[in-house]
Amino acid sequence: MSTILDVEKLNLWYGDHHALKDINVEIPKNRITALIGPSGCGKSTFLKTLNRMNDLVAGVKIEGDVLYNGQNIYDPSVDVTWIRKQIGMVFQKANPFPMSIYDNIAYGPRTHGIRSRVRLDEIVERTLRDAAIWEEVKDRLKKPALGLSGGQQQRLCIARALAVEPDILLMDESTSALDPISTGKIEELAQQLKEKYTVVMVTHNMQQAARISDECAFFLLGELVEFSATDKMFSTPTDKRTEDYITGRFG
Amino acid sequence: MSVKNPELSAEMPALSDSEKKSAERRKLWNINANFWLCFCAFLTMALLVFLIGYIAYRGVPHLTWQLIRSETSHLKHTIGILPNILNTLYIIVITMAIALPVSVGAAIYLTEYAGRTKLANIIEFATETLSGIPSIIYGLVGMLIFIQMFGLKQGILAGALTLVIMIMPVIIRTTQESLKTVPDAYREGALALGAGKWHMIRTVVLPNAIDGIVTGCILGIGRIVGESAALLFTAGFGLVLNGFVKAMQSSSATLTVALYVYASERGETDVAFAIAVILMILTFLINRLAKLAAKKLKKV
Amino acid sequence: MRSVYMAELEELNKKMISMGMLCENSVAKAAQSLVGLDRDLAAEVVAKREEINREEREIENFCIRLLLTQQPVARDLRMISSALKMVTDMERIGDQSTDIADVVRASSLQKIPEGLNFREMAESVIHMVTKSIDAFVNQDAVVADAIISYDDVVDSYFDSIKGKLVGLLKNDKSDTTDMLDLLMIAKYFERTGDHAVNIANWVIFSVTGENRGVQGK
Repeated sequence: MSTILDVEKLNLWYGDHHALKDINVEIPKNRITALIGPSGCGKSTFLKTLNRMNDLVAGVKIEGDVLYNGQNIYDPSVDVTWIRKQIGMVFQKANPFPMSIYDNIAYGPRTHGIRSRVRLDEIVERTLRDAAIWEEVKDRLKKPALGLSGGQQQRLCIARALAVEPDILLMDESTSALDPISTGKIEELAQQLKEKYTVVMVTHNMQQAARISDECAFFLLGELVEFSATDKMFSTPTDKRTEDYITGRFG
Repeated sequence: MSVKNPELSAEMPALSDSEKKSAERRKLWNINANFWLCFCAFLTMALLVFLIGYIAYRGVPHLTWQLIRSETSHLKHTIGILPNILNTLYIIVITMAIALPVSVGAAIYLTEYAGRTKLANIIEFATETLSGIPSIIYGLVGMLIFIQMFGLKQGILAGALTLVIMIMPVIIRTTQESLKTVPDAYREGALALGAGKWHMIRTVVLPNAIDGIVTGCILGIGRIVGESAALLFTAGFGLVLNGFVKAMQSSSATLTVALYVYASERGETDVAFAIAVILMILTFLINRLAKLAAKKLKKV
Repeated sequence: MRSVYMAELEELNKKMISMGMLCENSVAKAAQSLVGLDRDLAAEVVAKREEINREEREIENFCIRLLLTQQPVARDLRMISSALKMVTDMERIGDQSTDIADVVRASSLQKIPEGLNFREMAESVIHMVTKSIDAFVNQDAVVADAIISYDDVVDSYFDSIKGKLVGLLKNDKSDTTDMLDLLMIAKYFERTGDHAVNIANWVIFSVTGENRGVQGK
């Protein structure tokens, strides 16, 4: 099992607030890694450091290294737009652009220079198939994306993220606003995606983490308390704080 | 059937005499207040109707085709406001050509790049203050800077530059508000796909803010059309018909200034009222256009 | 804090203790009925069988409902799933005691021959059953381990009794039926010890997560 993201001594401050404390973790390739923990523990903040989306927050200070295939993504010489192409993100609330379904998917490739109609058609079909939504939208590609249901919009956003061919897909509580059936479809999708991609997901739903993730990281008050195989974490966790959280003794 | 509680009965309780009296008073007070509020609304409507009506009454009879199509001529003893109409058009074009890109650019900078910094706050304060300054002061300043300091001659160019300073705050404000209505979710989504900041603004933010920007422009044009004090000393009082380039550097009165000239200096009150009618129609049209544009563009 | 859930875990504990005591009592009474050849006492043991079976079903249903409604994980999941397995062994202990009592009642035995240390074996088995249930209640893996080792003692008692019975049968001095009855009773006690070992193994799983597998039924 090889490592695709190596996080070393990562610290993050929002102004004076020390939000992430000395995080060290190795994210394995082609696996689903779940980040769990109570509200405010830093798991979403940590996720956003992996594709430098935290750079957008005013007053943020980041120390430490995040090595993607050996290269530190925070190195000043690195092109941050390339990082975000390689490490894509799907958000908690689906955010399709107010454009047609086709244009939504094509946005990423067009941004990176692909203009050929033929190639774009191919990318649109391939990613919509990968996201298990092709059959539902293939006859309405030119219709507005905002006309889709919540679950469909979220799968569209996943397809949109896949269109730029990332290595890693970050999912920030992507199913928490969806009904159980849509959630189920996206969970299945995640399990298929891990063959070609690496998935890191933040979730509040521990059954979801137990169900689909291979590795699990438990965050508490900005610290990474435990990181282990999901089976082990949910049957015999090492740290008492982990056990107390997952059994509902607090949080 | 169970026994019903007398306190919880659904019938109306019997009223005492004093209670009846206060109920009556309350009713009267309500009717009183209603009447006076209606009266105020009616008064406002009446004022508007009177204003429009009087101007139309005085102006429409003198609104001839010849008035609009020709130039004032001493020799023929005719009055024509064609030059003034053209001057108004020229000044709209020049002012917007300069003000629009600068204001939209400033608004984009303030909203997307500067965020909550001190500099941004100062600039915002400046634009807000600018929009409250009386326009005659703009005229004075315009004259001092553009004509005396820069050496421009009194004309459309100097007038336009003065108006640019005046309507920039308007356009910056409306553009900013429009940009702010674009949800951050769109920006984040585009950036997460690897788009650069300017690319994101150009392809996702601006297309969604365009309706507000257009509305701001149209309202800015409305302000230009209605402006007179700022143009008195900068654009001048000239009633001669000039071509576009010549008008830049020649004294050229717009419709509003012409109204002043004909009314006070020449004593041609009929012409003044006719111009007033034209200005009112123009204002009405511009407002309708702004509303229509906002509605149409919002649907996209 | 999931207070309803906590309360339900408490209740499971109480039910397990209650059933445990029932089983302990059954074993003790069955042993006593043997040693004193008290057929009335044996009848009491038999009467208790239905109650033990009922408690087993009740605890099973309770555990399954807990799994459905509370989705337990980690320590809680291990505790609930091992409780589910333990009640089977406890019910079997009840069965063994009933079987012993049945034999005592039906048997024509008048006296237990000399040298057969049924009393000691019975005491050891009662000790194992009591301690295994204590280990569950206290979630004590050390005590559980001790019980597993102690099973050797019970096994050796069985071997000794069996050997002596073989000798008595060869001598032809005693009633064969009675001797076979005693052999069966000894076997039942030995099986009871095995079930106590199973309970101890599940206690270890509950505490540490280590699943050592159980001995055959």
